[in-house]
Amino acid sequence: MKALAARRRHPAAIAILLMLGLLVTGFAYAAVAPQPAQAEASTAQDVAAGKQLFQANCASCHGVNAEGRATGNDDKVAGPALAGVGAAAVDFQMGTGRMPMRAPTVQAPRGEVQFTQEQIDQVGAYVASLAPGPAVPSEEDVDASQGDPAKGGELFRVNCAMCHNFAGSGGALTRGKYAPSLMDVEPKHIYEAMDTGPQSMPVFNDGNIAPEEKRDIIAFLKAVEETPNQGGHALGALGPVTEGWFAWFFGLGILIAAAVWLGQKSA
Amino acid sequence: MSTETVPAGRPADRLRDGDQSVAPASSAAARKAGGFAGWIDDRTSGAKGVNYLLRKVFPDHWSFMLGEIAMYSLIICLITGALLTLWFVPSAGHTVYDGSFVPLRGQMMSEAYASTLNISFDVRGGLIIRQIHHWAALMFIVGLTVHMFRVFFTGAFRKPRELNWVLGTVMALLAIIEGFAGYSLPDDLLSGTGIRAMEGFVQTAPVIGSYLAYAIFGGPFPGQMIIPRLYSAHVLLIPAILVGLFIVHVTMVAVNKHTQYPGPGKTNDNVVGYRVMPVYAAKAGGFFFIVFGVIALISALFTINPIWAYGPYDPSPVTAGSQPDWYMGFADGALRLLPGWLEFEILGFTLSLNIALGALVLLPLVYTLLGVYPFFERWVTGDNREHHLLERPRNNPTRTGIGMAAIVAYSVFMFAAGNDIIAIKLGMSINDITRAFQIGLFVLPPLAFWVTKRICLSLQRHDRDLALHQRESGRIIRGAEGSFHERHDALSEYDRWILVQHDPVAPLELTAEVDENGVARPAARKDRLRAKLSHFYFKDAVNPVTPAELAAAHHDGHHAEALDAEALEAPFDYEGIEGDQDHAPGVGGDGADTEAGASEQGIGSASRLRE
Repeated sequence: MKALAARRRHPAAIAILLMLGLLVTGFAYAAVAPQPAQAEASTAQDVAAGKQLFQANCASCHGVNAEGRATGNDDKVAGPALAGVGAAAVDFQMGTGRMPMRAPTVQAPRGEVQFTQEQIDQVGAYVASLAPGPAVPSEEDVDASQGDPAKGGELFRVNCAMCHNFAGSGGALTRGKYAPSLMDVEPKHIYEAMDTGPQSMPVFNDGNIAPEEKRDIIAFLKAVEETPNQGGHALGALGPVTEGWFAWFFGLGILIAAAVWLGQKSA
Repeated sequence: MSTETVPAGRPADRLRDGDQSVAPASSAAARKAGGFAGWIDDRTSGAKGVNYLLRKVFPDHWSFMLGEIAMYSLIICLITGALLTLWFVPSAGHTVYDGSFVPLRGQMMSEAYASTLNISFDVRGGLIIRQIHHWAALMFIVGLTVHMFRVFFTGAFRKPRELNWVLGTVMALLAIIEGFAGYSLPDDLLSGTGIRAMEGFVQTAPVIGSYLAYAIFGGPFPGQMIIPRLYSAHVLLIPAILVGLFIVHVTMVAVNKHTQYPGPGKTNDNVVGYRVMPVYAAKAGGFFFIVFGVIALISALFTINPIWAYGPYDPSPVTAGSQPDWYMGFADGALRLLPGWLEFEILGFTLSLNIALGALVLLPLVYTLLGVYPFFERWVTGDNREHHLLERPRNNPTRTGIGMAAIVAYSVFMFAAGNDIIAIKLGMSINDITRAFQIGLFVLPPLAFWVTKRICLSLQRHDRDLALHQRESGRIIRGAEGSFHERHDALSEYDRWILVQHDPVAPLELTAEVDENGVARPAARKDRLRAKLSHFYFKDAVNPVTPAELAAAHHDGHHAEALDAEALEAPFDYEGIEGDQDHAPGVGGDGADTEAGASEQGIGSASRLRE
């Protein structure tokens, strides 16, 4: 301590103190400040690897530099420009198997995932490097156990049910497009879909639905998945159409069979 | 002791000494059968009525039980409905849910919705009662619909049962209104959407629409009034009318006697079957338990109307897959099919025919057409006879065709209501599906009419063929002289009767359009239309084999082949058959044909009389 005290007037002391102060502040800020959404900061290698993957698998529709590509047929595009869609859009599209698209249909269906999560992250890093956009949400952002399913249910009915159906079973849109079923979708993909508005879906940014509210919606959807069917088999949770169908085919079928059986029983 | 006996009792009774004593009525003695039953009968005179009912004979067929499905489902609805009223709160008042269904706890909702949630989750056995009530309601309307099909396709609505048909139609309409009212009560997202749609429908009524909507809702939508109002309609007004009409309906069946399918020994003047006691009491009572059991089983295994999943009603959200229950589907489908350009603006007023046609016109139109049909057919056929024997659907091809066309048109409307579900489940474009239904609405019913009629005519020809040729055994027999012929197995008289029992028909011919003075008769135009329609119904009628044809066909196998070949080629109107008959004696040419000729004369003249 004495040695330290003796050197307190050393010409380098101020510089060292300044350095220490900056370090402490820096670490403290790093600990408290909002985390960048990526779990691990993307490196230049990630971006480079992502660019390679992109050019090998995506460029045929989205253009070599993700600038988008027209088909030459009216104003139809083969793939839109990707600057600004963010890593979240990449993670959603590739992480649910929608991209690379298997065929040019009205809407990319959910499918088998073609890449490892690492590769998807690399492509995400490349696309995110083109222009700032929504990042992949953190674990905590999408943790269903921290959400309020009742509040989420209300938000879901107001914002989502008109396309995705009251139980998230999905619904039809125009000309063959559809809102897909939300059952068995990973929480982070639900979050990313709201954040980026894939395909026909509108964007629900943090101004429309705050991050905690997004988590509530995820909690609601997970609650729907986990709640047992109190009334018995749910018949697809599609509303009265399947109920009417069931009444005609099974209800009436069984009763007519019984009537025929009784009719044959003569006295 | 005096020789003169003094009669007991009142002195005045001596004045009636000469009366002959009247023996007590034997029937009265018979009535005093049981102690308790006699006691009841002394006070109600009910024995006669009960005797009438219990000894009433009903014919037996499974299709006569379709109406019973509806009847029992109605009874199940009444029983379960009474239970539900013990807990349901018909109020739009706001409350915060704090029941045991966690995903909705703390939510603002109406008392109606909260009480329905309580019935589902907190009242013991409440959910199954709710589900039985709803499934039974669906089955009630399914049952009455197929019952209506049976009555229509067998011609059971003909005189003297036209009024009962009309009653049934009114009940069918009331049933779907009753169903809609019930569907709207729980105030969940789906039922609220239904009420909102209903408000829109009412508003499309020209001129009075918005006033009417305000009157129904007691102010602007949604207000506090609609749920209590629907409740009193659902639990009191409509059920009371339904049950009342239902009693009249069943009484009319007893009074008119039940129709029966044609068969040996069954005539227009008798009813062949069993008495209510004990056979039908057991059968019908047993069937009640079967219906109740099946509906309870379905209710225990399959969810219906999961109101907890729909969430509380709020006028802003709407869910994908918003459909009414199936019986209102045809009106919903009509809305989805009507093109948008049917909305007009006249002098600043909007006329929403794109909605009004489907929502306000179609429903009464369907049920009016249904109710009117028996009177229309009676007018066309000019048939004023009573009919207690049912017609086999094939024996009235035009009516059967009309019925199938109507069912197909209704089904197109109904399936159109599910166009979004079809689109997602089959991966098709909803626009294409809607367009296909729009085209199908005009193309499919005539097609169904034509196909059904052709099938009926073919079946009738097959019946004729079977009656004339009997059953082809497939065994070829070589005769002694080397000829070959197929052996035909004999048809029993009973089987044959079914094939030949129905009345021959022919279109009405136009009578003179002018009277004897050459002046046009005022009714001539009406007659022309009637003759045209009659032609439409009967111009290609295939008439049953006559006794003469049968005799001619049977008297000699070899000749019969030749005759049959000709009969098959001949046109099958009645005149054509007559022509055949003229030819028949030439083929046979022995004694048997004289009789055949004579009987043919008789029937021929009868047909001329009919015309």
